[in-house]
Amino acid sequence: MNPNHSATTASRVEAAIAVTKTSGAGALVGYLPAGFPDLQTSIDAAVALADNGVDVIELGLPYSDPVMDGPVIQHATQVALAAGFRLRDGFTAVRAIAERTNVPVVLMTYWNPVMQYGVERFADDLVSAGGAGLITPDLIPDEAAEWLAASERTGLDRIFLAAPTSTDERLRQAVEASRGFVYAVSTMGITGARADVDAAARTLVRRLREAGATSTCVGLGISTAEQVAEVLEYADGAIVGSALVKALADGGVSGVADAAAALAEGTRRTK
Amino acid sequence: MSLRAETGPYFGDFGGRFVPESLIAALDELTEAWELAKADPEFRAELDELNRSYIGRPSLITEVPRFAEHAGGARIILKREDLNHTGSHKINNVLGQAILTKRIGKTRIIAETGAGQHGVATATAAALFGMECVIYMGEVDTERQALNVARMRLLGAEVVPVKTGSRTLKDAINEAMRDWVTNVESTNYIFGTVAGPHPFPSMVRDLQKIIGDEAREQVLELTGKLPDAVAACVGGGSNAIGIFHAFLDDATVGLYGFEAAGDGADTPRHAATITKGRPGVLHGARSMLLQDEDGQTIESHSISAGLDYPGVGPEHAWLASIGRASYRPITDAQAMDAFRLLSRTEGIIPAIESSHALAGALELGKELGPEAVILVNLSGRGDKDMETAGRYFHLIDEGAVQS
Repeated sequence: MNPNHSATTASRVEAAIAVTKTSGAGALVGYLPAGFPDLQTSIDAAVALADNGVDVIELGLPYSDPVMDGPVIQHATQVALAAGFRLRDGFTAVRAIAERTNVPVVLMTYWNPVMQYGVERFADDLVSAGGAGLITPDLIPDEAAEWLAASERTGLDRIFLAAPTSTDERLRQAVEASRGFVYAVSTMGITGARADVDAAARTLVRRLREAGATSTCVGLGISTAEQVAEVLEYADGAIVGSALVKALADGGVSGVADAAAALAEGTRRTK
Repeated sequence: MSLRAETGPYFGDFGGRFVPESLIAALDELTEAWELAKADPEFRAELDELNRSYIGRPSLITEVPRFAEHAGGARIILKREDLNHTGSHKINNVLGQAILTKRIGKTRIIAETGAGQHGVATATAAALFGMECVIYMGEVDTERQALNVARMRLLGAEVVPVKTGSRTLKDAINEAMRDWVTNVESTNYIFGTVAGPHPFPSMVRDLQKIIGDEAREQVLELTGKLPDAVAACVGGGSNAIGIFHAFLDDATVGLYGFEAAGDGADTPRHAATITKGRPGVLHGARSMLLQDEDGQTIESHSISAGLDYPGVGPEHAWLASIGRASYRPITDAQAMDAFRLLSRTEGIIPAIESSHALAGALELGKELGPEAVILVNLSGRGDKDMETAGRYFHLIDEGAVQS
């Protein structure tokens, strides 16, 4: 599971992140849920992210019981489900986005929908839609044997989470199991804007590097260009979710495009 | 191998930990603390003393011959968890976890609740131990169990009505997990049932198995033999596993779990998880659950808030898969008939949850015949359900007549 051994299946996401470190300070990863406020608008909004400085698109699959998500994303995904969002619409969205941009698209999904769809079938359909991989917030590597095998077979990226409370041994496990990047949870908590991105994130990223990580993005609580710039002082990428979802809810596609462009200011090399 | 020896994280293909990484350290801490506590005579002594002098254990068994006349003449014996302090079996688990909270040095406890019984038990423990307490309860449930909300507040707990999703128990669990992820340094999550990520299914089971341990001895003493069948209602499944566990290796004893079938297991409105669900992941464990084709959780329906849950503990899913226990659906109407029948024939008003087990026992008695001895877990008392029963039987409406 050494990420470096998969030279035959070079990670699209890691490559996209690596480029940003030569052209700027690092990567901006932007999250939006598929199907919010409707499927076509969510596709247009994701493309708008790519057109406005987002380096990796994280497309969320709405789920009935999203324990990692705060009120903004909960609300958006509930709206999508209430409007009849189906899992297959997620692949439709990935395909439509991939046709309009080269920015890699990873799906963020809770595990039960993947399990019900069938892990192998899900991986195959994601590859054929042009998706790059999965972020799995409630799947730890310990429970992920089927997904590790399916992603090895298909070359999809697999992004596991690391937390400030994770032991060194668990950080090593997350680094070894992940491909694309490791998702460093900035603070103990759920998604949603915070005034201060926790100092714990800086320590966590250092510990992940010591555990062998070559690509680490920090998420949870990041909502401003200043926070993006601050995170990129020590991490390879900054993940923004709720702030973009709120911009889409309030200002539509043009609103989320402006928000992405403003956040992308934080990725300019400043020194 | 003994079926009683299973300690998780897995029960056959079920169980495990499907949670955000942020919770793993807390779950590991709990697992380790629980292993140490189980082996520590001081912990045992403290819990034994609370069981005796605070809960009122051992709880009685009561034979109910007038009720049993309606069950083909089989002997029916009730395990009286309804007589526990706070009115249900939930307190057994909560006191154990509250002592554990103290041992790991945390000062704030949180819990989810459906009917409010687990919330009341947790608020009670918080008052007893001087801990800060927050209870998450679906907004729908705060409305249908208003009296329990008042009880929790009187005991000093903060009750947070959860307004997301279906606004019932499953959403209360989601919200409690979010709180726990955020406040894990100071906070322990006292989970109320045998579902959730490891170590909850086995820890809650270990704290509830006293029900069956006592009842097995009591029935032996009363009848000179083991019961032919043990019956319990199953929502998440804590009272059922509590009474089943002592009998798992007694091959002659049939184990029957009764799920809430609402309007009927073949209608869209039920909570019969094992009867109608399929394997999947919910609230941190792989088990059976009610879900649509895409794996989205389906909202459950039951007249009983405590059984109104679309999941079930992994040990039950395992016992069903190996055929050691049988799970059957009981409709709202069957449960309410049994609720009234026990009240009228024995002067015992059961919880509507437990009434599902009573309705099941009426069926079992007719199947097993007059020689059979059936042990039923009367997991809670019905005081909290008087408003629901009053509406159902038109007992409270102005001008209502004896039905």
